[in-house]
Amino acid sequence: MLHFPQWKVILVFGVVIAGIIFAIPNLFPRATMETMPRWVPHHQVNLGLDLQGGAHLLYQLDENEMIEDWLNKLRDEVRETLRKDRVSYIDLTQNVAGRTVSVKIRQATDYDKAYEDLRKLSQPVGGSFGLSGAYNLDVSRNGDDGIVLKMTDAGLTQRMNSAIQASIETIRRRVDAFGTTEPSIQRQGRNRVLVQVPGISDVERLKKLIGETGKLEFRMVDPGANAQQVVESKQVPIDDELLYSKDTPPVPYVIRKQVLVSGENLVDAQPGFDQRTNEPIVTFRFDSTGAKRFARATQENVGLPFAIILDGKVVSAPVIREPILGGSGQISGRFTVPEASDLAVTLRSGALPAKLTVIEERTVGASLGADSIASGTKATLLGLLLVVLFMFAAYGLFGLFANIALMVNIALIFGVLSLIGSTLTLPGIAGIVLTMGIAVDANVLINERIREEIRSGKSPVAAIAAGYSRAMTTIIDSNVTTLISTLVLFWLGSGAVRGFAVTLTIGILASMFTAVTLTRLMVSYWLRWARPVLIPI
Amino acid sequence: MFTGIHFIPADTKIGFVRLRTISWVISALLTVVPLLLVWKVGLNFGIDFQGGTLIEIQTKESVADLADIRAKVHGLNLGEVQIQEFGAPNDVLIRVAAQPTEKEQQDSIAKVKQVLGDQVEYRRIEVVGPTISSELIAGGTVAVVIAMIAILLYIWFRFEWQFAVAAIASLVHDVTGTIGLYSALQLEFNLSSIAAILTIIGYSLNDKVVIFDRIRENLRKYKKMPLTELLDLSINETLSRTVLTHVTTFLAMMPFVLVGGEAIFGFALAMVWGIVIGAYSSIYVAAPLQLILGVKRDGSMASALARTKAQARARA
Repeated sequence: MLHFPQWKVILVFGVVIAGIIFAIPNLFPRATMETMPRWVPHHQVNLGLDLQGGAHLLYQLDENEMIEDWLNKLRDEVRETLRKDRVSYIDLTQNVAGRTVSVKIRQATDYDKAYEDLRKLSQPVGGSFGLSGAYNLDVSRNGDDGIVLKMTDAGLTQRMNSAIQASIETIRRRVDAFGTTEPSIQRQGRNRVLVQVPGISDVERLKKLIGETGKLEFRMVDPGANAQQVVESKQVPIDDELLYSKDTPPVPYVIRKQVLVSGENLVDAQPGFDQRTNEPIVTFRFDSTGAKRFARATQENVGLPFAIILDGKVVSAPVIREPILGGSGQISGRFTVPEASDLAVTLRSGALPAKLTVIEERTVGASLGADSIASGTKATLLGLLLVVLFMFAAYGLFGLFANIALMVNIALIFGVLSLIGSTLTLPGIAGIVLTMGIAVDANVLINERIREEIRSGKSPVAAIAAGYSRAMTTIIDSNVTTLISTLVLFWLGSGAVRGFAVTLTIGILASMFTAVTLTRLMVSYWLRWARPVLIPI
Repeated sequence: MFTGIHFIPADTKIGFVRLRTISWVISALLTVVPLLLVWKVGLNFGIDFQGGTLIEIQTKESVADLADIRAKVHGLNLGEVQIQEFGAPNDVLIRVAAQPTEKEQQDSIAKVKQVLGDQVEYRRIEVVGPTISSELIAGGTVAVVIAMIAILLYIWFRFEWQFAVAAIASLVHDVTGTIGLYSALQLEFNLSSIAAILTIIGYSLNDKVVIFDRIRENLRKYKKMPLTELLDLSINETLSRTVLTHVTTFLAMMPFVLVGGEAIFGFALAMVWGIVIGAYSSIYVAAPLQLILGVKRDGSMASALARTKAQARARA
């Protein structure tokens, strides 16, 4: 029991030394570590947002808006298909709640052909190798003349997946514009994106930048309509739409529904200044398709006003003085300098597939984070001191062994945290403290057992051997129950709470090694060296 | 050589189980009073479970003018607003009730920031919308229940069903006792409170397992001893360990209550309380319950198996 083969001794020391080596970088400031040579372990524990300050934003994609968009496109496709087939139809409608587009075919002779062609709109849904057999649409006959196209669950899921993927890329491009270190943008669940940006101070600006859908459109202003009259009579001409500017009070415009060019055709956008007025502006460049369309539209409409519309709001409505043929232009709209630069970022990064809403926000300022680190460190050191003193008071030399093992345990926690790149939060620090209690508990169990065995008249070596082996099952049983609740905590928790579960789990696992194996090794060396007649316990 | 202070003498013979009528009453009170408290006084739910906005600010002046802040924020008509000092005299916590939509919730921060201006430092802002808060309630409840079931199964697997039932009963006692603390002191009940409860469950069980282990061992050792005596013997034999381990954990956690800062105060206090109440329930609830449930001494598969294993171990 107390005999250690050579390889085991080497292994134990190896683990201890490795733990300490990987923990050491945490004792130095990050800047110092960066100046060290490459071969020095330099991973440090990542501090959670609650300790270093930063923003945690959970966004949810508006599923209904996404469905509506899809249904709009689907309706256009149905119209296009039936027109190509020269089939006349009535009642082409969409239903967002039912996720359907339905149409009625006028001539019974057209019905079968229309049905067959509309069925072709349904696409197989990816799956692995496209073998899932699922389609994104379910096309069915309804009565004698109706056809219903319904989005399938598989189709919706596929849409959602690609929308979330696109959102993450767009958000990343926008957050990158802030130049902060290591932002994390991850999908969560079905329709959510978690954005974590450490060390950011202007959270309102970040939210504004992410929250803009960024849908840019160039459309003509209807020259024949008087916006004021339309507002009063509420009679918007067909093919037109009533939109407002972003000013306060908002200015109404009557805008053509037809889109000349949209943001999809944009290849670049940069903030700048107007050469004449020195006003902040955003300059942009179209791709070749966009440039051609824009050139044609401006040629046809010289002298008429057109509108630049961002997310349904008119940014500006300049009059076309001459055809714009070069494919580039500028947007001016009484911006401030940061507004112009944010707009450029929004346009460059592309539009979000649907609106994103903040459903959870947790922001911590850098000063609070620093305060938490200070008070957390103070509390930990104080707790450690008390535990160490108490263990020595209770068990003397054997308490000392336990204390050395405890120090190694803490080093191992930091070593593992640094190595796996896990995050340390304030509750995580509390987890380390609780680990101290649990780790020495193993030694309490062992030492109490040894005392009992001595009382029952065993020799020192036999008592110690029996103490370790008898306490072992108890230690395992009691640690497993703690691990069970910790795992549940890990599964449930987010952010800070998860940090607690992580440190506690690592700490408990490490304590099985330090409090049991390591102290046993120490005790066995001590026995060989001191050859005690009585155990001082 | 210094051999350590024997804080608890080796041969205590305290009649923990013998005096069970008194301890039953106390345990029952510790379980029922918190429930009454929650029913009558209620819990101070944080924004995690209620939704809403929480803004922690620090004023430039050394003492914040709470009345002024209150007047300014109340003027916004955002529904229920709570304003309180938080840790330091120039630290203020502003809590705004949940708004009907996520959008209005977001707007509420902008409004508060507008009336308070740049003269204060915004140390922390938390917004939990209605979607998330209802999910957190469900998640928290599910987590506690799942943890209990998992533990029940583990104890059942390792011991016998009587032990598992006794463990769960004493855990319920610990959980209600902890919730009672939250209600009595009106500590904010939030996600970290669930974390505290789960940890207390795990930690307190740790202790019960040690005593159960000893009961099982003694059941095999003293086949004829009356159960009351045997339980008392097991508790007394493990008493030193029970006390010492709780003292160390208590010592480790206590500084967090005293100097750990406001952010973790509630969590740390709950933990410390949980350590105390867990020690109590190990001795006075979990073990005596065996009397009522009636542990089987032999015959059952589990104990037969354990006996075989023990014999094998003894031979080795």
